[in-house]
Amino acid sequence: MSPRPGDRASLTSRLLIYGLLVVFGLMTLLPFIWMLCASIKTKGDFYTSQFLPPGHGFLGVAWDRLTLSQFAQLFRDLPVARAMLNSVFLASVCSVVATLCCAAGGYGLAKFRFRGRETVTSAILGTVVVPTALLLGPSFETLFHLGLVDHYAGFILPTLAPAFGLYLFRQAMVNSVPPDIIEAARIDGCGEIRIFFQIVLPIIRPMLSAFLVISFIGIWNNFITPQIVLQSPERYPLSVAIFSLRGLYGDDNSLIMAGTLVAIAPVMLLFLLLQREFISGLTSGAVKG
Amino acid sequence: MKASRSFSEWTPWLFLAPYLLIFGTFVAWPLTRSLVLAFEQTYGPKTTAFVGLLNFQFVLHDPLFWTAVRNTVLFTLAAAVTQIPAALGLALLLNRPDIRGRRLFRLIFFTPSIVGLAFVAIIFTLLLEKRTGFVNSSLHSLFPVWDPDFPWLESYVMPSLIAAALWLSAGFYMVYFLAALQNVPAELIDAAHIDGAGPWQRFRHVTLPEIRPVLNIITLLVVTGSLQLFELPYLFYNDTAGNGPENHALTIVTYLYQTGFRTGDLGYASAIGWVLTLVLVGFALLQRRMTQRGES
Repeated sequence: MSPRPGDRASLTSRLLIYGLLVVFGLMTLLPFIWMLCASIKTKGDFYTSQFLPPGHGFLGVAWDRLTLSQFAQLFRDLPVARAMLNSVFLASVCSVVATLCCAAGGYGLAKFRFRGRETVTSAILGTVVVPTALLLGPSFETLFHLGLVDHYAGFILPTLAPAFGLYLFRQAMVNSVPPDIIEAARIDGCGEIRIFFQIVLPIIRPMLSAFLVISFIGIWNNFITPQIVLQSPERYPLSVAIFSLRGLYGDDNSLIMAGTLVAIAPVMLLFLLLQREFISGLTSGAVKG
Repeated sequence: MKASRSFSEWTPWLFLAPYLLIFGTFVAWPLTRSLVLAFEQTYGPKTTAFVGLLNFQFVLHDPLFWTAVRNTVLFTLAAAVTQIPAALGLALLLNRPDIRGRRLFRLIFFTPSIVGLAFVAIIFTLLLEKRTGFVNSSLHSLFPVWDPDFPWLESYVMPSLIAAALWLSAGFYMVYFLAALQNVPAELIDAAHIDGAGPWQRFRHVTLPEIRPVLNIITLLVVTGSLQLFELPYLFYNDTAGNGPENHALTIVTYLYQTGFRTGDLGYASAIGWVLTLVLVGFALLQRRMTQRGES
């Protein structure tokens, strides 16, 4: 690449940009750092120190006053381990099945010409403008009639057909699956189901993994739906379980911060591992499309 | 076109079947129900009556609904003028090849978007607490005149919510702007440079027109998302069912949720929901017309 005239900006302007990036970066990270510090302090130290309690140890911090007792309390005395298991279970099942549902649906809409295609497409994509809250009441009513209230299935089933997912996969099929490959496979006598699983899905693998991560994190973070549908505390996912700590242990901020950390950490880790897939999946619909 | 083995007419429906089954049961059917419910009133369990347009008349004369509209519109305007420039600004800072650590900064700015709203609400209500909250205690230690009991959550409801939403969303929209900026042809910028255009002129006349489609999408997402603001204020002020002090946190969707799940009047809740849907569709159409006019 040839050097562009704009690249050799003056040192001052570059320093200014670094300065701004560091300031905004700190503002972004400080809530996390504060939460991390709060979660390993005692309840008393929470009120007297901003980050870590001051003392005579290394860097002027009283390292010996730090404690993991909040985490012990969360996992030993409170049903947080159970809630985490629920979250892992719900997010895994929902994201895997929703990804398959949306990929198959997107394939059906993108790669076949049939009567009713336009109607189906616009009916599904049209619901994007409907506020999700409008459906809360009538969906609950439907779940009630199906006998699914307070069952895992009552939470799982409605999450399996997001319009956003169908849109992304339809787009991916149009952009990256050449019709000739499907034709050739048909001529070779390959069955339709096999074509989908063995030829089409491998081609759109990047979109599959991107949508898997996006929906896993989305389900993990969902609060309102599990709060409405799953009523027994033993079925609560982490979002509901940790939020309810605030009502029960409202004065113990260290415990609440430890709980929040425990709830955020798994998806943070997942995101750090798969950030490229995640971000490219998000932007692919808007920028290229 | 060469002759080819064709698929049977059932094949596409086979692939669509799982999606359509779920979509029909949990989206299309509830949506139809909500349309019926909007013309009904619920009196206690299992007693409903057709009331025609009464729910809609009630909505338009309901002072609480208008309080909710005022708060929601205020939040939406504030969200648009804070989140969009912040996201675009961060993207512009990161879109320079001569800056090191761009990937690290992009990662840092994006991380808040991974945090669920329930957790954001927990963190921010503790950050903004009187005396013990991080915001007041650091402001007090930096500027001793700052009142450590500054009532963010009690008296500055909207600024608190706007700050939390900004922290949460700026990095999220930033990645869209960054992707768009990276698609701006370098030759265009170079040509403007050679013509002697300054940084602002290059941005205004070269970059901005190129990223306009993404800017339009982001505006649509920010506005329609903000008009549906619910979980953040609901969880910030969970002890008052999302009303907040003097109803300052009450939004349209919070009010919808309260009528549906607390009062138990699904009909009235549906009417509120359909009024909101009309507003959202109206905004989307308006924006589309304006962009089409801008293009022609």
